[in-house]
Amino acid sequence: MFIPNTLKDREEMLKTIGVSSIKDLLRQVPGKYLYPAFDLPETSLDEQQTARRMKTLAAGNPPILSFLGAGAYERYIPAAVKALISRGEYLTAYTPYQAEASQGLLQTIYEYQSSVCALYAMDCANASMYDGASAFGEAVRAAARVTGRKKVLCQETLNPQYLRTLKTYFANSEEYRFVTVPHKDGLLDAEKLAGLLGADTACLAFQTPNFFGLPEDAPKLSELAHKAGALVVAAADPASLGLFTPPGEYGADFAVGEGQSLGLSLSYGGPYLGVFTCKKEYVRQMPGRIAGMTRDKDGRRGFVLTLQAREQHIRRDKAASNICSNEALCALSATIYLALLGPEGLKELGLANARAAAFAAERLAAVKGAALLFKAPFFNEFVLQVKSDATSLREKILAKERIDIGLPLKNFYQGLGPGALLVCATETKTEEDILRLQKALKENI
Amino acid sequence: MPKPEEVKYTKTHEWLHVQGPEATVGLSDHAQHEMGDIVFVELPKADQAVEKEKPCAIVESVKSAFDIHAPVSGRISALNEGVAKEPVLVNQSPLDKAWLFKIKLSNPAQVKDLMDWTAYQEFIKQGRG
Amino acid sequence: MTADIIKPDNRLSIEKSVPGRRAVKFKNILRAKETLPPYLARKNAPKLPELSEFDVVRHYTKLSKLNFSVDTHFYPLGSCTMKYNPRINEEAAALEGFANLHPLAHDNASQGTLEMLYDLERMLCALCGMDAFTLQPAAGAHSEFTGLLTAKAHFERLGQTGRTEIICPDSAHGTNPATAAMLGFTAVNIKSGPDGRVDPAGLKARLSGKTAVLMLTVPNTLGIFESRIEEITEAAHKAGALVYLDGANFNALIGLIKPGDLGVDIMHLNMHKTFSTPHGGGGPGAGAIGVRKHLEKFLPVPRVIKDGGAYKTDCARPCSIGKVKAFFGNTGVLTRAYAWLLMHSKKELEAVAENAILNANYIKSRLEAVYPAHSGERCMHECVLTPPAELTARGLKTLDIAKRLLDYGFHAPTIYFPLIVHEAIMIEPTETESKETMDSFVETMLKINDEGAADPQLLKDAPHTMPVKRLDEVQAARQPNLRW
Repeated sequence: MFIPNTLKDREEMLKTIGVSSIKDLLRQVPGKYLYPAFDLPETSLDEQQTARRMKTLAAGNPPILSFLGAGAYERYIPAAVKALISRGEYLTAYTPYQAEASQGLLQTIYEYQSSVCALYAMDCANASMYDGASAFGEAVRAAARVTGRKKVLCQETLNPQYLRTLKTYFANSEEYRFVTVPHKDGLLDAEKLAGLLGADTACLAFQTPNFFGLPEDAPKLSELAHKAGALVVAAADPASLGLFTPPGEYGADFAVGEGQSLGLSLSYGGPYLGVFTCKKEYVRQMPGRIAGMTRDKDGRRGFVLTLQAREQHIRRDKAASNICSNEALCALSATIYLALLGPEGLKELGLANARAAAFAAERLAAVKGAALLFKAPFFNEFVLQVKSDATSLREKILAKERIDIGLPLKNFYQGLGPGALLVCATETKTEEDILRLQKALKENI
Repeated sequence: MPKPEEVKYTKTHEWLHVQGPEATVGLSDHAQHEMGDIVFVELPKADQAVEKEKPCAIVESVKSAFDIHAPVSGRISALNEGVAKEPVLVNQSPLDKAWLFKIKLSNPAQVKDLMDWTAYQEFIKQGRG
Repeated sequence: MTADIIKPDNRLSIEKSVPGRRAVKFKNILRAKETLPPYLARKNAPKLPELSEFDVVRHYTKLSKLNFSVDTHFYPLGSCTMKYNPRINEEAAALEGFANLHPLAHDNASQGTLEMLYDLERMLCALCGMDAFTLQPAAGAHSEFTGLLTAKAHFERLGQTGRTEIICPDSAHGTNPATAAMLGFTAVNIKSGPDGRVDPAGLKARLSGKTAVLMLTVPNTLGIFESRIEEITEAAHKAGALVYLDGANFNALIGLIKPGDLGVDIMHLNMHKTFSTPHGGGGPGAGAIGVRKHLEKFLPVPRVIKDGGAYKTDCARPCSIGKVKAFFGNTGVLTRAYAWLLMHSKKELEAVAENAILNANYIKSRLEAVYPAHSGERCMHECVLTPPAELTARGLKTLDIAKRLLDYGFHAPTIYFPLIVHEAIMIEPTETESKETMDSFVETMLKINDEGAADPQLLKDAPHTMPVKRLDEVQAARQPNLRW
């Protein structure tokens, strides 16, 4: 389909090689393995048919008004972001191994690292990880490596998907203990935390806002952890950082985040962007690629991949991580997004989210049979308690109104009961959208 | 500063200079030359127990990483923080300013197993390094 | 930073910042009382650039022009399979139905994506002769991670926890031993022969009751097929170990050989290599892990299943290793791979591998008289050459040849890999390059040889035409400057 060689080309090339057929090139392969039967179509689609088939499939995901969040957020993606990352010079390049022929890409990685460092108020960042959860896993691994300790404290209100990924990143090994610090009214219980911290604690690993949408008192938690000699790994939603104290300002040792919040499409789970940052003393504990600024031999500014001797292609089984491909194009997308927003835009984004969620919470709490579960302040999502079963209510409203009212929590937190629903409203939600949700809830609860 | 002829060598290119119960360890001039510009040195931890022929430190160039093995068993008794701050010393002064660490020997008899200058020269010449 | 050394075009975005300048604004700010805790309010605004939209567009458009890419240049980076990335893939992935789908969307609202994922898994099973595939890994190394965790779970279930070793040939990609170590296994290196092939006798000597997995790259990183694969996989199985196939080089096998026939138990595929999805400057990719039936129960959750006429996500898998990332895999990338597969019949897939192999052999044949090939044999989809003696005698290295290629508008091949070949030049043209492009590349390589013989300094100082000359990597590593 995308092969330019004509029959004539093939013949000429075979002749140059000095063989008469492709089969002659395959002598090293035992014949019995070659050209086996495949249960694959004998015919293929042309481009037009493929476009039609893909459109039909995409239509199988009907447009709905969705109030889902829980770690992935509906964002408005500025047109300039889409246009710029579609440029073939970015889209179809590979890792900038030949620095002189990749200065544009390398500079954008440097700008990405700088932008997320600024956002998180941290010293250094790598060029990206797969997603927020894998960045979180790698950060906790680094904290365990640095301290040589085996106990990891996590908040009970950590996104359950992050906790599961975290355990996988420790090879589901029983050598490490993951201890959950309970919440009190939705927020990490600082008293319980103080009791659990000890000389065996590698780190306190938490997320803010937490899974229930509530910003934790991170400065206080961080202070408690550091007093016990434990490190702090914070996962912060970058879209919230225009409003909230960034991890660097409360002394986080490693700070990570799901960069999908920085203007990436939802795309059913990926590709997303794992933001990974740390204090400068841990720079060599960072997994993955890092770009640095240097000079060429004429003294001109230039950029290279640096600190490479930490990585798998050199250190092999002694590397801290196996990561090779990262999410470079997503990092570029986030960099452009942040450049378009600037500090003011980021603040507006935070406010637009907080106001949309506050508006939704006001309206939904006014529905008979629904109430907010927690009193603590929230960012762009909150837990609503409905008197009926949230799962069947969700299905009913989805079928009738094409509205997804949010994520029922009973599969994640059985203690909350069948009526707990995590509702999210980002900058994409209008007053009208939220009033539609309110009406649907009122009529179906 | 010891002369190259005065120290012992390992097959993994460390040098060892014994002074009483303690020995100083560094990377040989031959090895630093082969590696090129050294950009990073990671030292062992203070007071760490080390075992003969087991890696305990790292020296990196831009495109390679080289494990430093303890030439003898013992306990780390001193670290050269200066070389960690200025890795270029490994290239400039491998036997003097770029000593890496000192070991308090737990089994001084192990020193006998190491090569002297002549044997090390022969070892390099045979390309076994 | 002094101004005189900054050329206008390599100023950072932050250096173009003008206080008060704005691009994107958010005016949809509802009337409600937000509930933000004052003690958590950010006091210092982040140091981000303040630019107009036009500033941003021009800045990143200009930067894009400082890059080589598949769209603009021949990019024969061995082992990376830099083939053409069809534009229809992009259009498909951007369809709103796909792009706007939340990963926790109800199955009833995700039937299109679930059908696509289910169908893609099924096609990969057919293509590889494996029983089940998961599409959750985000990349190749992440696939290895998923695959070895699957193996670990398998042996734990059998009570064989003493299987702690992963055997990798010394020609393997660094990710193989790195993944093994990351999961607490011991990576055991076996020496491969001069052609990169595993020596079955040497392998047998290392296999034991401690061996968990033998990881093989087929064809190997020298582009050579593991001809004695049957003997190798049988020996591994006899020792009770599993065989893992690193599918980084699957472009040589697609449509021609099914890994399942070779005795492979676990394998991975890279969508961003064989299946034409763009590399994006280093990612995102997407991986896939294929396994035999008895290993399926360990795959990560959720699994996509078909229940009557409907597709469902199934998380009720008690033996599953869990999750390797927060949500499903890199679905946006998988969508592109699926579109590419739809456009290929069985015969057309065969032609992909055939032409990839033909092209690599063509380049090898035309160059090997001057650039000695590491192996006299035919190669599969890539070939490994070495610098001409005439050049090495003048102190020139592979790096110098690579840098000079940039001056002629060719991205350099992979260099200094595999590690077992001194001064390796690893060339993978892929099936999508034309004979004219390859001819021009070959002629340039030959010309560089002549240039180097006549004027070695010309190569040592190369590149001459790029935005920058050779960069000081030593300074970059000694005094890292990683951010503004």
